[in-house]
Amino acid sequence: MTDLALEKTATGTVRRLSPAPFGIGVLLIVAYGVPPLVASEYLFDAILTPFLALALAGLGLNILTGYAGQVSLGSSAFMAVGAYAAYNLALRLPGLPFLLDILLAGLVAAAVGLLFGLPSLRLRGFYLAVSTLAAQFFVQWVFNKVGWFSNDSPSGIVTVPPLSVAGLPLDSSAGRYLFALGVVTAVTLAVWRLVESPTGRALVALRDHETAARVIGIPVLRVKLLAFAVSSFIIGVAGVLWAFAYLRTVEPAGFNLDRSFQILFIVIIGGLASLRGAFLGAALIVVFPLLLARLGEALLGGLFDSGVLEMSQRIVLGLLIITFLIAEPAGLTALLDRAWNRICGRFRRAG
Amino acid sequence: MEWQFFTEVLVGGLLSGVMYSLVAIGFVLIYKTSGVLNFAQGALLLFAALTFVSLAERGLPVWAAILLTLAAMTLIGALIERTVLRPLVNQPPITLFMATLGVSYVIEGAAQLLWGTQVHGLDLGIDDLPLEIGGVLISSFDLFAAAVAGAMVAALTLFFRYTRIGLGFRAVADDQLAALAVGLSLDRIWTAVWTAAGVVALVAGLLWGARLGVQFSLSLVVLKALPVLVLGGFDSIAGAIVGGLIVGAVEKLAEVYVGPFVGGGIEGWIAYVAALGFLLIRPSGLFGAKPVERV
Amino acid sequence: MPAVLSEPVVPPANGNVPSALAVEALSLSFGGVTALSDISFAVAPGEIRAVIGPNGAGKSSLLNVVSGLYRPDSGRVWLGGHSFAAVPTDRLATLGVSRTFQNLALFKGLSVLDNVAAGLSHRLRAGVLAQVIGLPAARRERAEAQAKAEELLAFLHLDDVRDRPAGTLPYGTQKRVELARALVSRPRLLLLDEPMAGMTLTEKRDLSGHIRAARDDLGATIVLIEHDIGVVMGLSDRIAVLDYGRLIADGTPDDIRNDPVVIDAYLGVAHDLEAGEGI
Repeated sequence: MTDLALEKTATGTVRRLSPAPFGIGVLLIVAYGVPPLVASEYLFDAILTPFLALALAGLGLNILTGYAGQVSLGSSAFMAVGAYAAYNLALRLPGLPFLLDILLAGLVAAAVGLLFGLPSLRLRGFYLAVSTLAAQFFVQWVFNKVGWFSNDSPSGIVTVPPLSVAGLPLDSSAGRYLFALGVVTAVTLAVWRLVESPTGRALVALRDHETAARVIGIPVLRVKLLAFAVSSFIIGVAGVLWAFAYLRTVEPAGFNLDRSFQILFIVIIGGLASLRGAFLGAALIVVFPLLLARLGEALLGGLFDSGVLEMSQRIVLGLLIITFLIAEPAGLTALLDRAWNRICGRFRRAG
Repeated sequence: MEWQFFTEVLVGGLLSGVMYSLVAIGFVLIYKTSGVLNFAQGALLLFAALTFVSLAERGLPVWAAILLTLAAMTLIGALIERTVLRPLVNQPPITLFMATLGVSYVIEGAAQLLWGTQVHGLDLGIDDLPLEIGGVLISSFDLFAAAVAGAMVAALTLFFRYTRIGLGFRAVADDQLAALAVGLSLDRIWTAVWTAAGVVALVAGLLWGARLGVQFSLSLVVLKALPVLVLGGFDSIAGAIVGGLIVGAVEKLAEVYVGPFVGGGIEGWIAYVAALGFLLIRPSGLFGAKPVERV
Repeated sequence: MPAVLSEPVVPPANGNVPSALAVEALSLSFGGVTALSDISFAVAPGEIRAVIGPNGAGKSSLLNVVSGLYRPDSGRVWLGGHSFAAVPTDRLATLGVSRTFQNLALFKGLSVLDNVAAGLSHRLRAGVLAQVIGLPAARRERAEAQAKAEELLAFLHLDDVRDRPAGTLPYGTQKRVELARALVSRPRLLLLDEPMAGMTLTEKRDLSGHIRAARDDLGATIVLIEHDIGVVMGLSDRIAVLDYGRLIADGTPDDIRNDPVVIDAYLGVAHDLEAGEGI
C-alpha cells in the first residue's frame, strides 16, 4: 500500500522509505526496453507474457478480495468471458479496432461480474465465497455447451486472429509481450488511481467495518457492486491477454477451477490489498514450477517424470500458501518491504 | 407411467443426496468445533479411499486396511490441527479457509505421489441390480449407500449425545472459553473430532470410490457438498442431511426434465444456482435463525 | 412513579424549539426477550444527554434503533423534524446524525486521515471515473474533505498520527479517531456508545473535555451511553435511566442522584458495572 510507504521518523518529518516513483520509472524502462533486446522466444512465451496476464488477473481479484474484502473463487470465469467476448467481437465485427474490442470485452465481463455480484448484497463470508463458484461452473458450462461462442468449432478450441493494433502487426513473441505490457501498464495506472481515490478508500472501509461504513453514508451496495464490476472488468481484460497474447487459442478448459484458485493464490502470496503484490505473486506462481522441474530433474533424474512433477507442484504450492498465511499474511510485498528497509538501514548506518 | 418415472428419478436423486450429506457432515463436524470451513475434506476423502484401496490391493485383510487407514486419517487430522490451524487461531475465518485450500493441495499431491495416479476399481461386494419396490425401480447400490450413510449419521448423533467426548464437543461448539473453563480438554476433543471427520471421510470415500472409481476426481466431491452446506448451514448436521436430500433431488430432476432442453451437463452448476436462489429468499438458510447484528 | 419521569413526550420538546431527537413508545424484542419496552423521551438541541443502566438494560439497542441498525417492533423516532418507523441508516449522515460504536469500528487498514475523511463520504458527488481521471470537481471535493479532516485532527490532537494505519494505534487513540470521524461532518446529533470504556482516568478526563467541546464549539447535541457514573454526573445535562428495557427515570443529574427508584434499581445495588456489554 503506497500510503504505508510514508513513515514518520522520530523527528516528525515525513521521509519516503519507498523507492516508489523512481523505482517504477526504472522498472518500466527495463520492462519495455530490455526483454526485446535480450529475451528468447521461450522467455517471452513461457514466462513473461503469461506472467503479465496472470498479474493483471491478480490485480483484478485484489480489488475485490484484497481491497473490498469479498472472496471470490470464480475468477477464471470472468477471464473466460473476456476472452470469448474479444474473440467474438474480432470475429463478428472485424471493422472494430482491437483496442476497442478489449474495452468492450472488459465491459461484458464487468456486466457478468455485476450479475454474479448481486448475491453479495445479501450474503457474506463463506456463503458468498461458495456462491461465487456458481459463476465458475455456470460460465464454463455455457462456453462448453453453446457452440455459437466458439463459432461452432467441433473441438470447442478456437484459434484467435493474429494480434495487430492500428495496422501494426504484433504477432511475434516480442510483439505480443509488448502489447500485453502496454495494456497492463495502462490498467495498473488506472487501478492505482482508483485505490488512491475516495472510492478506493470506501472499498477498504467496506472491508474493515461494513456497518460503520453504512452509518457514515458510504453507499455500501453500490460500492460492493462497483468492486465486482471493476474487478471483473480487469480480470476480463486479463482473459483477453491470456487468449490473444499468450495462448493464441481459446477453450473453456483453460478457465477451470484450478485457474481460479491460481489467481487467488497469486493474491495471497503476493499480498492482499497491494498492487505490487499481484505482480510479485504472479511472478512466483509462473516461475516456481519451472524451477521445481529443473531442481527435480537435477536431484532425481529419470524418476522425476511429469506425473511426479505435477504432484510435487501441487504439494509445494499448497505448502507455500499455508506458509505465507501463517508466517507472512501480508505476502511477498511485506517481505520485500522489510528487506528494503533493512538495506536502507544498513546504508544509513554506514553513511 | 409418468408418475412412476418421476418417482424413480426423485428417489434416485434423494438417495444420491444422502451421499452428498455424508460428505457435508464431515465439513459440519470441523466447522462446529473450530469454525473452519475445511476445504480439504474432499482431499481427505480421496486420501482415505486411495490409502484403503492401495493397502487392500497389497494383500492386507480388509479390517487391517481399514484400521491402518483410520490411523493415518487421525494422524493427518492431528497434523493439520497442530501445524496449520493452531498457528492461525484468531485469524479471520476466511484466512483459515484459504489455509485449508492449501492443505487440500498438499494432501491431493501427497496422496497421488504416495499411491500413484492410476484409477483403482473398488468393489464393495454390492451388486448394482435394480430393485423393484412398489413398481418403482431403485438401484440397490444407492439403497445400500443410503443405508450406510443413515447408519453413520445415527452413530454420530448417538456419539455426540451420550459420550463424554461427544458432550464436550457440543460444549466446545457452543462456547470454547466456557468449555475450557469447566476443564474440558480441547486437545482431546479436537482429536476426537478430526478422527470422526476421518471416519466420515473414509466411509464417504469408499462409497463414492465404489461408484466413481478411486482417483483424483474423487476430491472434487467436495464441490457437491458446498451447495448442500450453503443450503443447510455450515453448522447443522440436520441441515446437511436435509440440504443433501434437496440438492440430490433437484439435481436429478433438473437433469431429467430441464437438461435435455439446454444440452445437458447441468449437474455441475444447478445445485449452486438452486442454493443461491434459495438463499436470496431466505438468507439464513434452512434452519438458521437470523443473526442479530451486535455493534 | 417518581416526579422526574416527565409526561409522555411528543416533539417539540420544550417551548417551540424542535427537539434534536425524540423517541416515542419504542418497543423492541429479540425472539421473546424484551430489549426495549415503551420508551419515550426527547433531547433538546445542545443538550448532553446520558443514557445509563445496568448491563442488558437496552442502552445499545436504543442507539441501534435510533441509528436504524435495528428496526423497532413499534414506536417512532424523530430526527431533525422527520419521523421514522425505521430510521434509514443509509441516510443517517445526510440527516445530520453521527455515531460511534461500543467496540472499535475503525477502518483498520486506512490511515487516520482517511478514516476521518471517510466521515464525509455522504457529501461526495464525483463519480468513480471522475476520481480516477482526476477531474477538477473530484479533486476539489477531495481536497475539501481532507482539509476538514485535518481540522478535526487538530481539534482532537491527532495530528501526530495522521498517516498511521488506524489499526496500529493504541486503544484510547483509536477511540479518539472514531470520535473525529463522527464529528467531521459537523453532525447536529452525535450518538456515543460507551466512548470511554476501557480508558484510563486521564484519558477519560481528556475525552470528557472533547465531548463538551464538541457541543460548545461544534454545536452538536450529544447522546451518550456510559458506565462511569462519575463521568456521567459531571458531563451530562440530563440523564435517562434504563432498566430491563424500560425508562425508569429521566432528569438532571441531581434528580437522578436522589431518585429512590434509580438508587434501588441501579446505583445502590451492586449491579455488574464492569464488562461493558449490552444487548
